[in-house]
Amino acid sequence: MISYIIRRLIAAVGLVIVISMVIFAIFYLMPRIAGASPETLAGRYVGRAATGSTVAQTAERLGFNDPVPVQYWNWVTGVVMGTEIDLGSSVEKCPAPCLGYSFRNKDPVLPMIIERFPVTFSLAIGASVLWLLFGVATGVLSALKRGSVFDRAAMLVALAGVSMPIFWTGLMALSIFSYQLGWTPPGASYVKLTDDPAGWAFGLLLPWTTLALLFSAQYARLTRAGMLETMGEDYIRTARAKGLKERQVVVKHGLRSALTPIVTIFGLDFGLLIGGAVLTETVFGLPGLGKMAIDATKNNDLPQVLAVVLITAVFVALCNLIVDLLYAVIDPRVRVR
Amino acid sequence: MTTRALSSHPPARVPGSSHLEVQDLQVHFKTDDGVVKSVDGLSFHLDRGQTLGIVGESGSGKSVTSMAIMGLHTAANAKISGSIKLDGQELVGADRETIRLLRGKRMAMIFQDPLSSMHPFYTVGNQIIEAYRIHNKVSKKVARAHAIDMLDRVGIPEPSKRVDAFPHQFSGGMRQRAMIAMSLSCDPDLLIADEPTTALDVTVQAQILDLIRDLQKEFNSAVVIITHDLGVVAELADDILVMYAGRAVEYGTAEQLFNEPQHPYTWGLLGSMPRFDKAPTDRLMPIKGTPPSLIRVPQGCAFNPRCEYSEQVGAITKTERPNLLDDGKGHFVACHMSPAERQRVWAQEISPRIS
Repeated sequence: MISYIIRRLIAAVGLVIVISMVIFAIFYLMPRIAGASPETLAGRYVGRAATGSTVAQTAERLGFNDPVPVQYWNWVTGVVMGTEIDLGSSVEKCPAPCLGYSFRNKDPVLPMIIERFPVTFSLAIGASVLWLLFGVATGVLSALKRGSVFDRAAMLVALAGVSMPIFWTGLMALSIFSYQLGWTPPGASYVKLTDDPAGWAFGLLLPWTTLALLFSAQYARLTRAGMLETMGEDYIRTARAKGLKERQVVVKHGLRSALTPIVTIFGLDFGLLIGGAVLTETVFGLPGLGKMAIDATKNNDLPQVLAVVLITAVFVALCNLIVDLLYAVIDPRVRVR
Repeated sequence: MTTRALSSHPPARVPGSSHLEVQDLQVHFKTDDGVVKSVDGLSFHLDRGQTLGIVGESGSGKSVTSMAIMGLHTAANAKISGSIKLDGQELVGADRETIRLLRGKRMAMIFQDPLSSMHPFYTVGNQIIEAYRIHNKVSKKVARAHAIDMLDRVGIPEPSKRVDAFPHQFSGGMRQRAMIAMSLSCDPDLLIADEPTTALDVTVQAQILDLIRDLQKEFNSAVVIITHDLGVVAELADDILVMYAGRAVEYGTAEQLFNEPQHPYTWGLLGSMPRFDKAPTDRLMPIKGTPPSLIRVPQGCAFNPRCEYSEQVGAITKTERPNLLDDGKGHFVACHMSPAERQRVWAQEISPRIS
């Protein structure tokens, strides 16, 4: 079991490295391939009135003159061991894990991430609790009452749920519940959990529900399909033949098996959400990682983009690792390997 | 359908006094294609300490019968009528909770494939403990001791270790033993074994059959063995019921069935057993054709399209369903041929070829 964990851990680290390479290539190598010179790249970060020499200096300072692999190596060593960053006016020490300084406002990136991470995490955790509860419960009930009015209605809502984009449901929810009915606070009203727990939950209620609606729909369909398959298994018949109560048959014998694929999908979804629920954060004006990624991309603020992508990659890899380990806990047949 | 009432008499020992009494059982499923008459007027009875073998091809209604006794037909489209009495208690139409409390405790079941019939995520011990604790209010510790004891009784070596193993860590035979241990954990007086050895190696089959026989003696339970393999019932059964298209075509003691079978279908089943004491060309006498659709069962005798003797009998075989009639010795046959004719065919044509 321990060697299994170590193997999975190594694989996870490898995955993160590969993802960082790919993303670095997209933002640093692709423009070069497309014909951009170091100066044109640097030109995005100096004012319009900048002289040629300022541009050349900036290109040198930001490292655009180095070959891309060297730039990547410098970035990686910065993340792992820390580095020194030349801001032009001064040279700042940037201890590991150094995610660099913004190309735009010359602020260090790590504190930004640390500040925004709790917002995204709050959004992800609350929404996932909601969608797991609703999605799985709806899926189970639908499967058990297959073909009933409830089943049809639930699956119709689920279909609508997966079809409606966040930027529509989110805006509709905001417009109705916040601005017309006044039940929930308006957008951009995030407060820290540590400052005001009730306000935190209240402020996030609408984003949670909106995000959960989308995911509940998928999970309900998945759970329904899983339950329908599992409840036809021979071991369910055995459980009934033992005289077990139907509730226990469903929960202990049926749901436990049906949940295995749900756990897999959940690991992926949750990991991705940590990287930022871009649409939800944008619609509700939440200052999370997704919002940061969008703004950074718009501004070509490469260190910020890289940082958010790295965080996402780490969390996806981490969640996958946890899922793999959970698998072994759920399904004893996995443990042998 | 006037013939059904006549056709459903069980062998006349002491009617109504047996441990398990099935009278005119019908299990129909409504589907989009029509009504599937999986079981259509079946009667039999079984005493404690006795074994009944139910034999037939796939789709003859064997398993549907056993599931009906256990009350496991949960589908909304299943319609069950007739009577199933366990120790005098009527099961058809009884409420679900009543049947649930009987399941596992008074009547238990062993299934065909022990790998898919045990939950892959729980240890063998846990599954036995669960079965025991449904009907016995005991602590987990006591139940565990009981589980180890049961595993020991079904011949699993090192039961105190194996109790914590998962089903996939057992061999096929060991799994079926564990399944039997689970079924017998509450000491049921009726045990239904649905193809208990079909998924097992031949060498293991005999061991499992031995085990069932030994445990039956020990627990004095009534056992129903459902199989398509006449070899299995030859080994175990006191009485044999041959099913075809949801109905009994022949019903009698094992001696009667093997020594003087009376129904052409039974002859076919016997002829389909491979034998190595015969020349290869004579080894098999398969029944031609395939079992009928249970939605459109052939008119008259359901077996007539596949029967080699249907022409001898004449038009009646296509119009009238033969009744299950006593030959006077408690041997029941549903066939249009006259008893004398059947005796003759068996003695002169069939018996020399297959025995």
